Amino acid sequence: MKPARFAHHAPRTLEEALALLATHGEEARVLAGGQSLVPTMAFRMARPAVLVDINRIAPLDHVTVAGGSLRIGALARHARFETQVVEGALGTLLARIAHHIAHPPLRLRGTFCGSLAHADPASEWCAAALALEARMVLARADGLREVAAEDWFQGVFSTALAPGEMLREVVLPLPAPSWRGGFAEFARRAGDFALAMAVVGLRLEGGLVGGARIALGGIGGQPVLAREAMALLEGQAPSSALLDEAAATAARHCDPQEDMHAPAEYRRELVAVMVKRALRQAVSA
Amino acid sequence: MTEVRFTVNGTAQCVEVEPRLTLADMLREECGLTGTHLGCEHGVCGACTVLMDGLPVRSCLVFGVQAEGAEIRTVEGLAAADGTLNVLQRAFQAQHGLQCGFCTPGFLMLATWLLEQKEGVDEARLREVLASNLCRCTGYQNILAAVRVAAQEIRVWREG
Ligand SMILES: Cc1cc2nc3c(=O)[nH]c(=O)nc-3n(C[C@H](O)[C@H](O)[C@H](O)COP(=O)(O)OP(=O)(O)OC[C@H]3O[C@@H](n4cnc5c(N)ncnc54)[C@H](O)[C@@H]3O)c2cc1C
Ligand code: FES
Ligand code: FES
Repeated sequence: MKPARFAHHAPRTLEEALALLATHGEEARVLAGGQSLVPTMAFRMARPAVLVDINRIAPLDHVTVAGGSLRIGALARHARFETQVVEGALGTLLARIAHHIAHPPLRLRGTFCGSLAHADPASEWCAAALALEARMVLARADGLREVAAEDWFQGVFSTALAPGEMLREVVLPLPAPSWRGGFAEFARRAGDFALAMAVVGLRLEGGLVGGARIALGGIGGQPVLAREAMALLEGQAPSSALLDEAAATAARHCDPQEDMHAPAEYRRELVAVMVKRALRQAVSA
Repeated sequence: MTEVRFTVNGTAQCVEVEPRLTLADMLREECGLTGTHLGCEHGVCGACTVLMDGLPVRSCLVFGVQAEGAEIRTVEGLAAADGTLNVLQRAFQAQHGLQCGFCTPGFLMLATWLLEQKEGVDEARLREVLASNLCRCTGYQNILAAVRVAAQEIRVWREG
C-alpha cells in the first residue's frame, strides 16, 4: 500500500461532487482517470485527504457540438478522440494527437480534462488547448466561471483551478472551414512523454495565412505560444522558405529546459523540426 | 474500511479494504489471485494489466474501491478449469513469448482485450497495443508473434 490514507467518495451527481469539493476545499482532489494522480500519490508527492471520484457521474462523459463549439466533458477519455469526434480538420487533428498520448489502456481511462487539470509540461492536450483557444469551464457549488487557455497554465503542474472547483468542461471553438491543423512531436519511444511538440492551427484564405497559432509543449515549463513565429506568418503566402523561417523563429525565441531526458539545445533543435513538420502538415491538408 | 462487491473471473467477491489499496493489491492480497504482477506500481510497465468491465486497466492505477460492481478478469481466468491453456496461452508457449514470465500476465490480458475487438487486428494495431507493456527478457518479437498466431488461429487477423 503506497499512497497515504484518504477518504474516497464516489458521488453520482455533479451537485454532490461540488458539495464535497466545497466542504473539503484544499484537502480534496478530483479523481478522474487516475492515470497521473494515482502515480503521484504512490510516490507521495500528493497526499490528498479526500478524493472526489467523478467516474460514476455519467453526464460528465460527453463530447458534444453546441453553439459553434466542441464541448468536452470532465469524463471524456483520451481514447474517444482516436476516432473523429467532430467532422473536418479539427476532428482530424484531435484524432492525430490522441494517438500520441501514452498507450491504449491509459487512453481508455485518462481524461482530456484531467490532462488540462494536471498540466504536465509534455501534455499533448495542454499544447492543443493553447493552439485551439480553449476555454475552461470551472464549476463550484455556488457558480461557474470560465478561464481562457492563455490564463489557465501557471507553470509546471499548476493552473488557475481554485480549491472547491472542478474543471467541468473544456470548450473548443469550432474553426472556420478554411482552417487547418497540424501536429508533430518527438519522443524516444512510442507512448513516451515527448521531448518537444508543436500544435498548429491556421486559416488559408486566398492563398494567404490568417490567424496562425503555434503552441509548443514538452520543452519544460508550461506550454507556450510561439508568438514571433505566428506574427511572421500573418498575411503571407505559405512558401516552404516562409515555413522554415517561422520554425527557426519559434526555436530561437523559445526557452527550452534541460532535464535528464535532453539538453536544452537539443530541444531547441527539435522545436524547429516539429514546428516545420506541423506547419507543412497544416498547409498541405 | 469500505466494503467492495465485484466479480473476478465470474466469481462474486465481497471484501473490506482501505480506499488506498489498489485493485492490484486487492486482487493479490484479498482474493489470493497472485497471477497479477506488480512491476513498477506507477503505471509504466503494464505487468498489472487486468480487464475491468471489458477494458484493460493498469490495476496499480485503480483503487480497489473503484471496482465496486465491476466485472474483473485476470490471468487466472484464461485457462480451462482443468488447466488446459487457451489459444493465446498456447501461442505464447509455442512462440517463446515468455522467458522469466513476469510480464506475461499483463501481456496476456492486454492481448485478450485486443483479440476481442470487433474490428480485428492488423500489424499496425498489434504493435500499437503491445507497445503499452514492458518486457525485460524477450525483445518483444516473440510476444508479437504469439499474439499474431493466436489472432490468425481465431480468424481475427487482418493483412495490413
Ligand atoms: C505511463 C504513462 C504514460 C503517459 N504518457 C502521457 C503522454 O504521453 N501524454 C500525456 O499527455 N499524458 C500522459 N500520461 C498521463 C495521462 O494522459 C493522464 O491521463 C492525464 O495526465 C491525467 O488525466 P486523468 O483523467 O488520468 O487525471 P487524474 O490522474 O485523475 O488527475 C490528474 C490531476 O488532475 C486533477 N483533475 C482531474 N480531473 C479534474 C477535473 N475535472 N477537475 C479538476 N481537477 C481535475 C486531479 O485532481 C489531479 O490533480 C501518461 C501516464 C502514464 C501513467
Ligand atoms: S505495476 Fe502497474 S503498470 Fe507497472
Ligand atoms: S518474460 Fe521476463 S519480463 Fe517479459
